[in-house]
Amino acid sequence: MNKYKTIIGLEVHIEQNTESKMFCRCSGRYFEKEPNSNTCPVCLGLPGAMPFANRKAIQNTILFGLSFGCEIAKYSKFDRKHYFYPDLPKSFQISQYDLPLCGEGVCEFGFGKVRIKRIHQEEDTGKLTHIEEAGAKSSLVDFNRSGVPLMEMVTEPDFTSADDVVTFLKYVQKVVRYLGISDADMEKGSMRLEANISLSPDGSLPDYKVELKNINSFKFLKGAIEAEVKRQEEALNSGEKLIQETRGYDQVRKKTVRQRVKETASDYRYFPEPDLLPIVLTDKDIDEVRSRLPELPIAKQLRFESSFGVSVQYAELLTEDRDKADFFEHLVKETKLDPKKIASELINNKNYEGVSSVEEFKRIFERENPTLESDIDLITGIVSKVLEANQDAVAKYKAGKLEVIGFLIGQVQRELKGKADPAETKKILENLLS
Amino acid sequence: MITEFSKAQNQIKSGQATVKSRVEYFLKRIEEFDGELNSFITITGEEALKKAEQMDTLFSEKGEEVFEKMPLFGLVFSAKDMYLTEGVKTTAGSKLLSDFVPPYSSTVISRLTEAGAILIGKTNQDAWAHGSSGENSDFGVTKNPWDKSRVPGGSSSGAAVSVAAGFCDFAMGTDTGGSVRLPASFTNVVGLKPTYGAISRYGVIAMASSLDTMGNFAISSSDSKKIFDIVKGQDGFDQTVLDVNGAAPKTKYTIGVPKQYFSEGMDPSVERLVLDAIEKISQMGHKVVEVELPSTDYAISAYYVICPAEVSSNLGRYDGVRMGLNRDAFGDEAKRRIMLGTYVLESGYVDAYYNKAVAVRDLIKSEFEQAFSKVDLMLAPVSPTLPFKLGEKSNDPLSMYLADVYTVAINIAGVCALSVPCGFSDDLPVGLQIIGPSFGEQMVFDLAQSYQEATDWHTKSPKL
Repeated sequence: MNKYKTIIGLEVHIEQNTESKMFCRCSGRYFEKEPNSNTCPVCLGLPGAMPFANRKAIQNTILFGLSFGCEIAKYSKFDRKHYFYPDLPKSFQISQYDLPLCGEGVCEFGFGKVRIKRIHQEEDTGKLTHIEEAGAKSSLVDFNRSGVPLMEMVTEPDFTSADDVVTFLKYVQKVVRYLGISDADMEKGSMRLEANISLSPDGSLPDYKVELKNINSFKFLKGAIEAEVKRQEEALNSGEKLIQETRGYDQVRKKTVRQRVKETASDYRYFPEPDLLPIVLTDKDIDEVRSRLPELPIAKQLRFESSFGVSVQYAELLTEDRDKADFFEHLVKETKLDPKKIASELINNKNYEGVSSVEEFKRIFERENPTLESDIDLITGIVSKVLEANQDAVAKYKAGKLEVIGFLIGQVQRELKGKADPAETKKILENLLS
Repeated sequence: MITEFSKAQNQIKSGQATVKSRVEYFLKRIEEFDGELNSFITITGEEALKKAEQMDTLFSEKGEEVFEKMPLFGLVFSAKDMYLTEGVKTTAGSKLLSDFVPPYSSTVISRLTEAGAILIGKTNQDAWAHGSSGENSDFGVTKNPWDKSRVPGGSSSGAAVSVAAGFCDFAMGTDTGGSVRLPASFTNVVGLKPTYGAISRYGVIAMASSLDTMGNFAISSSDSKKIFDIVKGQDGFDQTVLDVNGAAPKTKYTIGVPKQYFSEGMDPSVERLVLDAIEKISQMGHKVVEVELPSTDYAISAYYVICPAEVSSNLGRYDGVRMGLNRDAFGDEAKRRIMLGTYVLESGYVDAYYNKAVAVRDLIKSEFEQAFSKVDLMLAPVSPTLPFKLGEKSNDPLSMYLADVYTVAINIAGVCALSVPCGFSDDLPVGLQIIGPSFGEQMVFDLAQSYQEATDWHTKSPKL
């Protein structure tokens, strides 16, 4: 038993999928485009260029906040966060410092409550690629991603295990996909994660935290957190003092590795972005966004369980994404079939993959579940024929070997190409044999 | 009123001049006199002549309707080298950007060009607009055409001189703390500092983003108004621009004279000329009253915290990686402001400096609002001194900063003001500052026009 309490807080960056970038008219979809082809003076930080805030992106961030029960600020503003890095063309990132768009919120999970500290709006940076050509090292910068809207969610340190973190993050991913505001793909980098981990002997917040960064899949995330907890535990056990630092994860050695030690708190010299107006929202503005809020996955899952009698596991799988859930509901309504049967077909049968229309579903369903022949006269006729042709079996049955009935049913099915209702056939056989 | 613009356009209409002949005339003057004055960094003569020929053809085809569609048809202008001009080198007066050719033009330049104005060149300035004399240019000092041993005022030094010396019909400058009004006053031209948020800053190299405004220089205030009316308004690129219809002109104004603007240390001859101008305006039938702007003394201090803070942020992009030279190409004044600005924003000092300066800004704003609840306009000097000698203040940054003592508060308050010629002392020009409330430009222009109709200071030009 671990004698320390694991304390984990999260910072989640989610890149929005808006048509245009956060502060300019360039496309927000930069994936796999020719480097630096999706740029303009604004996102290149050219002299004289100025940001113009994307209303849709701000509304999306409000929507994201509302879905986690966050307080939406009636007055918030953008700030400049300064640091020098080649992928940051203006030498500052437009972010939000003391007045974020979304304030505190709370979300309930099986493992407990997760308190959201804040969600704010910012912009993404460009992307660096380090190459080596003919022995010469160089770094290339692509600004296609520069200025794409980002949301940053910060949680309170409410997690105590890697599993809880994964559960929460999968939920976050599910929610943004429901809202349709991001594809939240960790591998593509549209969902990025930093976990702040520390161990406490008495449950109080220790004076250090280790920032775990650059993790691009749920699988690695779990491994990374567990490896880091183990490292800290061993360090504490051997009397070592842990320090504030940033670590990454070595997937091969299954160990976390030091990336940067912060000697002092970084000074970003925040000040209000003078080129943008403060964001002032009325109740009406917020309600307008709220009206776009769909039924969230947790609510939908519970409803599937209670209204359709679907099992917890099935309900969870069906609500994994909004399209799947919507299709399921549509099928329930249109086919009048048993919802549990529809659910089990959709989840267990590979043949339904990619099916998106009721007609297609029905066609496969009929193939997979042939209609049974239950015409008693027809079956009785066949049964008589079968009994006629299998006199020895009849004799055996009558002599007490009741199991031959299986063989006889099989013969009937053969005649009827497997479409005979097995229960009905058995009943008829038993009648005629008695 | 016959203005310089209407005179010029009438010449084209009547065939006394062509657009091309006007451009040629200006180019010849520049060639003849600007060698010594040094008001231009780049002259776009070839492009201007080509454009002029096209416009002459257009006029011969369409006739006078071109003047309705293009209100600035045939007028020739210069732009401070802060304004990005597509394909034309834009230096901000700094050698760091000595080879920067922008891929796009600022909104102001595009609007002027669409309205038929022709760019003749990019003018000299204090590097990055840091300065009040024009001496802080990496491309040499600009001289005052009224006395070549004196400064023309800055930072829009070349722009002011280009109009005062008759090198073009009008000029665009930028005013962050007085950079249009001070050189206008020192060179006997009209200089507008518009309301913050009236004109898009898009495509103009940022100095201090919360204070920068896009001003202009002209001979008469109605010409200045014409330029303002063309370039103002939202463009979809500068979110701080608002389309506001400010107060309309009146027949009689109540005019405040802030007593804090007649402080000790003011040159008595400047004070005399400004008071005479106020008297003249009073005689024109306007009501003149004294008003209070008690926090005026703190304006310079607040300015020299907020401005460097924003400068340090805005200049961060000139890291030598993607454009321009390396950071060591920054001059002393830019370095001074970068260091000062970095310091006042540091987490341990931000409350003591930046946040306090912002509080002073709020106070000054509210004092202006209060004053403007009692009066329509205010009158004040532009500069406490006459144009000073070249070199007189260039080694003393603090005394240089004080040249803007009567102008910076207007930027901090975000309101508008116009410098208008009001007389000469020892053959050196003096400007009167007409201050209006936010979006009160039309009142300011109106009073300035009636003052100019009643006086002839602006008709005097320097002997080159």
